[in-house]
Amino acid sequence: MKRQLPCLAAPRRPRCDAGIIHSLLVALAAGACASEPPPADSERPARTSELSTDAPGLPGHAPERFGFGADASPERVALWDIDIKPDGEGLPPGSGSVADGRRVYEVSCLQCHGPTGTEGPNDRLVSADEWEQWPPGRAVGMYWPYATTLFDYTRRSMPQTTPGTLSDDDVYAVVAYVLHLNGLVPADAVLDAATLAAIEMPARERFVPDNRTGGPVVR
Amino acid sequence: MPTADRNGLSRRAWLAAATGAAATGLAMTRLDALKAAPLQDPPGQLPDPTKVPGRFVSEVGRRATGEQPRRLVRTLALSSSSRTPIHELQGTITPSDLHFEWHHAGVPEIVAEEHELLVHGMVDRPMVFRMADLRRYPQVSRICFIECSGNGGGAYSRSRMPTTITAQQLDGLLSTSEWTGVMLSTILREVGVKPGASWILAEGRDAAVMARSVPLDKAMDDAMLAYGQNGEAIRPEQGYPVRLLLPGWEGNAMVKWLRRIEVGDRPTMTRDETSRYTDPLKDGTARQFSFVMDAKSVITFPSYPYVLPERGWWEIEGLAWTGRGRITRVEVSTDGGRSWTDAALQQPVLPKSTVRFRHLWNWNGRETVILSRATDETGYVQPTVQQLWDARGERTSYHHNHQRAWRVAADGAVTFGLGDLL
Ligand code: HEC
Repeated sequence: MKRQLPCLAAPRRPRCDAGIIHSLLVALAAGACASEPPPADSERPARTSELSTDAPGLPGHAPERFGFGADASPERVALWDIDIKPDGEGLPPGSGSVADGRRVYEVSCLQCHGPTGTEGPNDRLVSADEWEQWPPGRAVGMYWPYATTLFDYTRRSMPQTTPGTLSDDDVYAVVAYVLHLNGLVPADAVLDAATLAAIEMPARERFVPDNRTGGPVVR
Repeated sequence: MPTADRNGLSRRAWLAAATGAAATGLAMTRLDALKAAPLQDPPGQLPDPTKVPGRFVSEVGRRATGEQPRRLVRTLALSSSSRTPIHELQGTITPSDLHFEWHHAGVPEIVAEEHELLVHGMVDRPMVFRMADLRRYPQVSRICFIECSGNGGGAYSRSRMPTTITAQQLDGLLSTSEWTGVMLSTILREVGVKPGASWILAEGRDAAVMARSVPLDKAMDDAMLAYGQNGEAIRPEQGYPVRLLLPGWEGNAMVKWLRRIEVGDRPTMTRDETSRYTDPLKDGTARQFSFVMDAKSVITFPSYPYVLPERGWWEIEGLAWTGRGRITRVEVSTDGGRSWTDAALQQPVLPKSTVRFRHLWNWNGRETVILSRATDETGYVQPTVQQLWDARGERTSYHHNHQRAWRVAADGAVTFGLGDLL
């Protein structure tokens, strides 16, 4: 423990919120600087830490674990683990209907995305054209490969000026409404975790992995 | 002390007199700074600095009054960008306050002491790291570029090929810094990645909670958690207190204000890896996870709106870079692409970083088009726009790394010249 306290490297000084711990560390560090014998590790052959341009890994004598940081409890993880996978993993309980979604949309989205999701001023939410066309085609209906992304994105990022304010039910509802505007679910649709993940988006099969590899061929 | 206005005025006057160039309001030359200086500050107006004491030391330095490069702001909005003035900078390092920006919900206010990074998912030990923890791990520094994959999109449309566009407007979503931090592999080793894991999800602490999936191979290879930039703490605009750094890859994937890494066995398919940052191709498919920035170069001088006031010796210079390793060669053409000459590469040429190239040119005063093209260590040669159109179609987006060109008119005025070659 003691030997890991940096003596001179001010920028890497541990920053402690608790003043007491901090003074303790400072005292330990001062002691270590003044009187500590060289750490046992220095008996190993010195490893020159040249300024490598390739990112260097760890030195050979690094421990398996340093033990810095704290364990995260399942509750702690759950607090931030908000992402939704394309198979629906991560979708919360709850549900919402197209009709409810229309009300959410008019209150929380319309001012930026327009009365029918096409007028702006910000991104179109409804495709009106071939998918290759930009921007009218490259919107939710014709371009997005997964409906789960719409839930994930709306919940994490929208409404842009008040993100994180919609309930999960409201997100299901407004997602249902935006999908309905794109002609992908009927007017009486109600979405929940199972029905949302089951939606097949028209563009799904169009997405292909990157085939650029460097070398002489231009792709 | 002369005001910036007076500087500008006398430069313009000098230029107008010397070149007769019409649109001199924008015109700038390297030379005019040299020649105009004595004119604009005749002896007697400014005290002779050898006869009056200078100013005192100060806690924070500042730029010379006459040197005030600025980022170019697209619009004042939460989701917007500002571009690095690459045509006004020297060397390869971007001053941190001029590093380009692209935020999706503004720049968050974050206190480092309160910041936490959660690492969980397919790991043996889910963990939370505070900045003090991250700073205590073995540290690394490396110089590399960050480029937005949308950079250069302004010169891809055949029907809207610009002429009066600056290098900053076109390619200013490119910056280079020395980044300091801890290897992501070090942190992943600490938490213990479970067998079968193949992707990570990186997530930010901004109001967009920006998130991108990244293959585990890259995370274990050269990815860094960067908390330092050019010798100081990383700037808020670049992700303070810590960002993901993926050398050579598109900037959007290098999630800023990093608060969470989830290790998993498949990508999350976030909005910014489906709706955005995918490349629709002419065959009706869309290329996804197109992370690597291919070799590219751009001449930054002479470029619009510079004016060459006279024929003779000029040094053509610019930047070249590749996300696939090192640039091995930059060629320059001063005759519209008919013949090419190797430019000098400023050493050291670092992998996944920018390199400055220079070519000494004796301009004969006749109108011409100048170009550059870069080759990287994989043998990839920066393509022409026609090659990209052929490969991807004319309506693709992102990764517009084709050759750039500038037209030098007989009166010395420089404009974007790609349209002249089509
Ligand atoms: C204050 C303005 C504002 C409000 C209100 C707003 N948005 Fe947005 N929205 C934006 C902006 C700006 C973007 C683009 C953000 C970016 O690209 O970084 C966007 C993007 C989106 C996108 C992604 C579009 C695409 O094709 O990639 C979706 C989906 C979306 N918003 C849905 C919603 C929904 C649903 C609501 C209401 C719950 C909403 N937005 C409310 C401004 C807003």
